[in-house]
Amino acid sequence: MEAGTPDDVRGRSKSGAPAWLLGLGAVAIIAGVLISLAVFGGGTLPERAGPPVEELAVERTELAPGSIELTVRNTGPDPVHVAQVFVNDAYVDVRGESGTIGRLGTQRLELDYPWQSGSPYLVSMVTSSGLVIEHEIPAAVETPADDGRFFGIMALLGTYVGIVPVVLGMLFLPVMRRAGSQWIRVLLALTVGLLGFLAIDGTLEGIELASESSGAFGGPELVFLGAGLAFLALTGLDRYLRGRRERAESGGAGGMRLALMISIGIGLHNLGEGLAIGSAYAVGELALGAFLVVGFALQNTTEGVAVVAPLARERPTLLRLLGLGVVAGAPAIAGALVGASVNNAELSAFLLGIGVGAVVQVAVQIAPSLRDSSGRALDPATVGGIAAGALALYLTGLLVSA
Amino acid sequence: MPGSSRRDFLMGGAVVSAAGAALGARALAAGPAAAQEHHGGHHGGGGQPAPMKHGGGVDGPMFRAGTAVDHRANGFDPTEILRDFDYGRTRRLASGRTVREWEVVATDKEVEVAPGVKFPAWTFNGRIPGPTLRCREGDLLRVRFVNGSEHPHTMHFHGIHPAEMDGVPGHGAGVIQPGGSTVYEFEAEPFGLHLYHCHVGPLAEHIARGMYGTFIVDPRQGRPDADEMVMVQHGYNTTFDAEGNQLYAVNGIPFHYAGTPIQVRRGELVRIYLANILEYDPINSFHVHGNFFHYYPTGTSLQPVEFTDTIVQGQGQRGICELKFPHEGAFMFHAHKTEFAELGWMGFFEVAS
Repeated sequence: MEAGTPDDVRGRSKSGAPAWLLGLGAVAIIAGVLISLAVFGGGTLPERAGPPVEELAVERTELAPGSIELTVRNTGPDPVHVAQVFVNDAYVDVRGESGTIGRLGTQRLELDYPWQSGSPYLVSMVTSSGLVIEHEIPAAVETPADDGRFFGIMALLGTYVGIVPVVLGMLFLPVMRRAGSQWIRVLLALTVGLLGFLAIDGTLEGIELASESSGAFGGPELVFLGAGLAFLALTGLDRYLRGRRERAESGGAGGMRLALMISIGIGLHNLGEGLAIGSAYAVGELALGAFLVVGFALQNTTEGVAVVAPLARERPTLLRLLGLGVVAGAPAIAGALVGASVNNAELSAFLLGIGVGAVVQVAVQIAPSLRDSSGRALDPATVGGIAAGALALYLTGLLVSA
Repeated sequence: MPGSSRRDFLMGGAVVSAAGAALGARALAAGPAAAQEHHGGHHGGGGQPAPMKHGGGVDGPMFRAGTAVDHRANGFDPTEILRDFDYGRTRRLASGRTVREWEVVATDKEVEVAPGVKFPAWTFNGRIPGPTLRCREGDLLRVRFVNGSEHPHTMHFHGIHPAEMDGVPGHGAGVIQPGGSTVYEFEAEPFGLHLYHCHVGPLAEHIARGMYGTFIVDPRQGRPDADEMVMVQHGYNTTFDAEGNQLYAVNGIPFHYAGTPIQVRRGELVRIYLANILEYDPINSFHVHGNFFHYYPTGTSLQPVEFTDTIVQGQGQRGICELKFPHEGAFMFHAHKTEFAELGWMGFFEVAS
């Protein structure tokens, strides 16, 4: 915000009506015109010539022995009534709610159907107008119950792929201490490379997810909305932390601050990562083998290196380091829980976007630290570091398929 | 006369059913029959929606429990269509020949084809299938066709007739425009079970919308007395994508005879006039449980060609099935194209002594 703007407004307001009154008047006129448009204007236009636009998005599919339960949302402009349902070309009894679903309303449909584990199913919802809205279940797997055991598994999974590897990555801190400032620059460059790769990866994944969504709450723009909001929020947080620190110490590189910002950024990224793992688990697509856990851990160990890279010249306490590890890793647990219990492509895309914005913001913050004594950020050493970071993530990413 | 005996039976059937409602509760108390019992009264009266009694999970397909088609709003009931033969108005010429006349009106009508599912149909006389026109070999037939629909239509009869009476565009009266009418006049030949349907392009859509019915020509000497019924196999492509159907049925409403079984008597000859007009699918079939039937393809011979429990019909094929039920109880019948069965083309015979 530029200083002086509020004064200008106040200055102008002295010559006429108060600013708040002018604003109120404008709002009142806008409201009045909109209401009269709604009341009188609607009738002056012809009605839609085509048939009703009936759209449903299946937000959640729960499979229990002998039943398939769908939570559907009306994502179209017109009300939808699911009159009958057939599964793989056989009509089934539908229990649960009935009646018309209003715009953006939801309904639970409980289908009485003896499905077989591992088989594909096509659920066809016949609306009152005869339209068929299909929902594909690629491979039927019993949905894990939302009980304590399930939450335990998700927490454990999040810990394995989030907290443990980040903390492990911090073990490189002593090595960094011994290294010269040139090596620190290379490590920070490596971090920038890692983050850049994560940003691109997350963006692509988010757009892919969003394009599969119904679009009722938006499509791919959600990724960019999430990214933009996260970037702005983290920038604001960074300025706030920097301001506090300046008051306390009057200057300084702020290695701990940078480390915290990186932790938060990576944490938000791990939220999206946990989301992907959780939703894959919920639909039975995730093989919870050692391979997956080790693969994720290896990849996220590099994130631990990134977190501690700014701390090479500082002496943080063990507790602080652990705290940074939790900030960076724990969101994976939350992500896994959300991902396994909510099947909403728009929400997932938005959360992935937040991760993207976060890592971009962190990369932008680190960038100044890459400068050498002459002020150049890109020299052979840092370029190599950035490339190595991106390659490291690409290669470790090949180990996991979630 | 098969006609008059048929009508007497219908009247008698209604009385028996009403009596059954009073007496039958205890007699039929066990098993699935108990659930069907109250439909006996429905058999004669019609109009009351009957939810399905069969199915669910491993018990087989069904519509959403507790839902039923409103036959009264539709203006027709498959239970009534089953034994409804329209003999037309007859008069005898000096030559001794019978002239038989009908009026058939095409209308656009929204039909509830499954509980809660509305289908913008085109119909003959407001029902799907259209009226079962019945005559005798050698009769002179006059069908006055009135197009009350907003779309152009014709009535094209199978059978042997002059080209100008064929009910196709460009010949004779050709396409009958909305508000128009014509009279199709031809001799009833050969005896057997035949079809009629609209023949305006796009043909598949005009048929799939519901414009079809059967047309029975009785042999001069008649057929042995029997409990006669017509079953027209068809479907509804509710999405209008011309790729298969979402609903399959006999006589208008999917699963109807599962909720309201066809009442027949043990040991009595049952004659089924079975036709297939199903659009968008290459074949259809009919299979009856716990029994075999004699099959007369197209009904053009008095000698059956097969004793079987399953026959296959392509679109336009039809034939007569004759059978007697030696055992009491409920016997399923359905397309042995089981996909069609599970999408609505199945029902029950309820055999009582």
